[in-house]
Amino acid sequence: MLKIKNLHASVDGKEILRGIDFEVKAGEVHAIMGPNGSGKSTLASVIAGHSKFEIEADELSFDGEDLRTMSIEERARKGLFLGFQYPVEIPGVTMANFMKIAVNEQRKSRGEEPLTAAEFLKMMREKAKVVELDAKMTARAVNEGFSGGEKKKNEIFQMAMLDPKLAILDETDSGLDIDALRIVATGVTKLHTPQNATVVITHYQRLLDYIVPDFVHVLYKGKIIYSGDKSLALKLEKEGYDWLINDYKE
Amino acid sequence: MKEQNIDIKTTIEESDYKYGFTSDIDTEFIPKGLNEGVIRLISAKKEEPEWMLELRLKAYRHWLTLKHPTWGHLDIPEIDFNDIIYFAAPKKKKQLASMDEVDPELKATFDKLGIPLEEQKVLAGVAVDAVLDSVSVKTTFQKELAERGIIFCPISEAIREYPELVQKYLGSVVPYADNFYAALNTAVFSDGSFCYIPKGVRCPVELSTYFRINAQGTGQFERTLIVADEGSYVSYLEGCTAPQRDENQLHAAVVEIVVERDAEVKYSTVQNWYPGDKEGKGGIYNFVTKRGLCKENAHLFWTQVETGSAITWKYPSCVLMGDNSVGEFYSVAMTNNFQQADTGTKMIHIGRNTRSRIVSKGISAGQSQNAYRGLVKVMPKAENARNYSQCDSLLIGDRCGAHTFPTVDCRNSSAQLEHEATTSKISEEQLFYCNQRGLSTEDAVGLIVGGYAREVLAKLPMEFAVEAQKLLSISLEGSVG
Repeated sequence: MLKIKNLHASVDGKEILRGIDFEVKAGEVHAIMGPNGSGKSTLASVIAGHSKFEIEADELSFDGEDLRTMSIEERARKGLFLGFQYPVEIPGVTMANFMKIAVNEQRKSRGEEPLTAAEFLKMMREKAKVVELDAKMTARAVNEGFSGGEKKKNEIFQMAMLDPKLAILDETDSGLDIDALRIVATGVTKLHTPQNATVVITHYQRLLDYIVPDFVHVLYKGKIIYSGDKSLALKLEKEGYDWLINDYKE
Repeated sequence: MKEQNIDIKTTIEESDYKYGFTSDIDTEFIPKGLNEGVIRLISAKKEEPEWMLELRLKAYRHWLTLKHPTWGHLDIPEIDFNDIIYFAAPKKKKQLASMDEVDPELKATFDKLGIPLEEQKVLAGVAVDAVLDSVSVKTTFQKELAERGIIFCPISEAIREYPELVQKYLGSVVPYADNFYAALNTAVFSDGSFCYIPKGVRCPVELSTYFRINAQGTGQFERTLIVADEGSYVSYLEGCTAPQRDENQLHAAVVEIVVERDAEVKYSTVQNWYPGDKEGKGGIYNFVTKRGLCKENAHLFWTQVETGSAITWKYPSCVLMGDNSVGEFYSVAMTNNFQQADTGTKMIHIGRNTRSRIVSKGISAGQSQNAYRGLVKVMPKAENARNYSQCDSLLIGDRCGAHTFPTVDCRNSSAQLEHEATTSKISEEQLFYCNQRGLSTEDAVGLIVGGYAREVLAKLPMEFAVEAQKLLSISLEGSVG
């Protein structure tokens, strides 16, 4: 589904990703961990298509299509979803209106008719349940005045609405209390199917108690320096990154 | 406009009414320039009573003593007032046989605005079908208004038919000596609208809808007088979201509103005059004086969405004369490319317990300049006056300008005045977020701007709120990316 070979990314002449190889297949759950500043969020932004990065790669493709030729919105409409670490506020624009446009743009790109208002409202009510989001929230402006937990729930609600093939969740667990973490993580798990895939970027093993990964990768200084199964996350939780970093210092 | 059975021919002629003339003066021609002879001729052609001519002449003589104002944050090219035809025979618009003949660009804009096809035909000057709904709707309106004693007609007709009403109120809110353009307008106004709502009558229709069907344009020097008698109510919409071009570059309208005791008037404007091209060539100059006088317990709302014109100079104001009267002003002014806007309001608190509210949302893109200019004045006898002002500016790109000139003149210590102001930009992260959800950048900007302006758009009559939001997006096309 997602194929990345030898990906380099830099911003203002500073290289942040320095040769990433990464592949995600349908049905898989990947976790990306690593110390602060190792390039995790940059990787997510680059895959989503943020224009501020200079990109070089041998391959960067999604479902066989070269991502480099696609705009951010084209990638999104093809089923690439990014759950933001810091969701942005859009004052005066209701969640309902925002999602209606997003859903219908996606449908349009697939040659489908837009949803009627009734169909859309029904869909919104159903999907709000995934993360126990009060349906009244959809009448509020996008992320405006939302608490930290509400913002993250709202990201997963949007994921549920857009039903992506690949969801990259950038520190969706940060800033959540234990109950909110459970709700958000359970929501992500409910959305997982053999046809889609999830990449979670996280600092904490606790998220992975709910979202059980098939693979865990450690990103350090712009490279994936180690990959393993879910037991790697437990080991990292206990021992930190030092043993890995020491092994892989250049 | 009095006949109940309007046939196709008159409908078409009336849609050409925008020039304010009737067909029997088609052959008239008066050269450029302004002098007393021209004014006498205008008055004679309109069969005006003597007092109207006197008023025009007084205004003209006063105008001659005035200099063009320079206080606006505007760069206005010198205007040669002797190079203007003040009394031109109307050009008959060419009737088009079908929508296929309409300029595809215009058609595309109509579609984007979501204007129904039948209305598009009227607006574009396509010959209309005999069974067109709007014709019957129009007659229905006329009937409904007449039954309630509401007068709604061209002001030239009102001067002849209802001279006592017009003479009582014309110039009572905006006297000819008020300013340069008010004097000029009083001297030469071509036509405009007169609206009178009798005591206790609630106007049953949005007069906006009427305008839409009429596709009534404005003259170059338009004069509007609205009188809401005691306890009455009317909602009035001027302008249209559809793009309007006009060969006259200078437009100087005057709008006067009298809101008698316990009456309520909502006046909404959607202004979409030709703003000039992307290099800043051409475009309409729109210099407008709008003011309402509120008597006891009266309530006046001004709502405006300004997207057009090369230069806009406009301050819809409220004189809160009566005790407990309320004035509200909601404005979205958008400028793009090389447009300039200097707009805002004046709230003059004279009576006791008078309240006013100002919500101004400026949006600047391209290399445009957008200024809010406001005055809140509390007179010595205005006990317990209250004002809340909010002036927000949104900048798109880094070559435009937003300016705020709020003035407060408070002469009564019991007044409570609040002022809030913000300046913001559409952030790259907002756009990234929207793009990531599948929205194009253009749609994202439209959405963000619509959200920003929402509080004001919500004050417009419903059908226009949706169109106005689309209009904002369209006006921003090409400003991002």
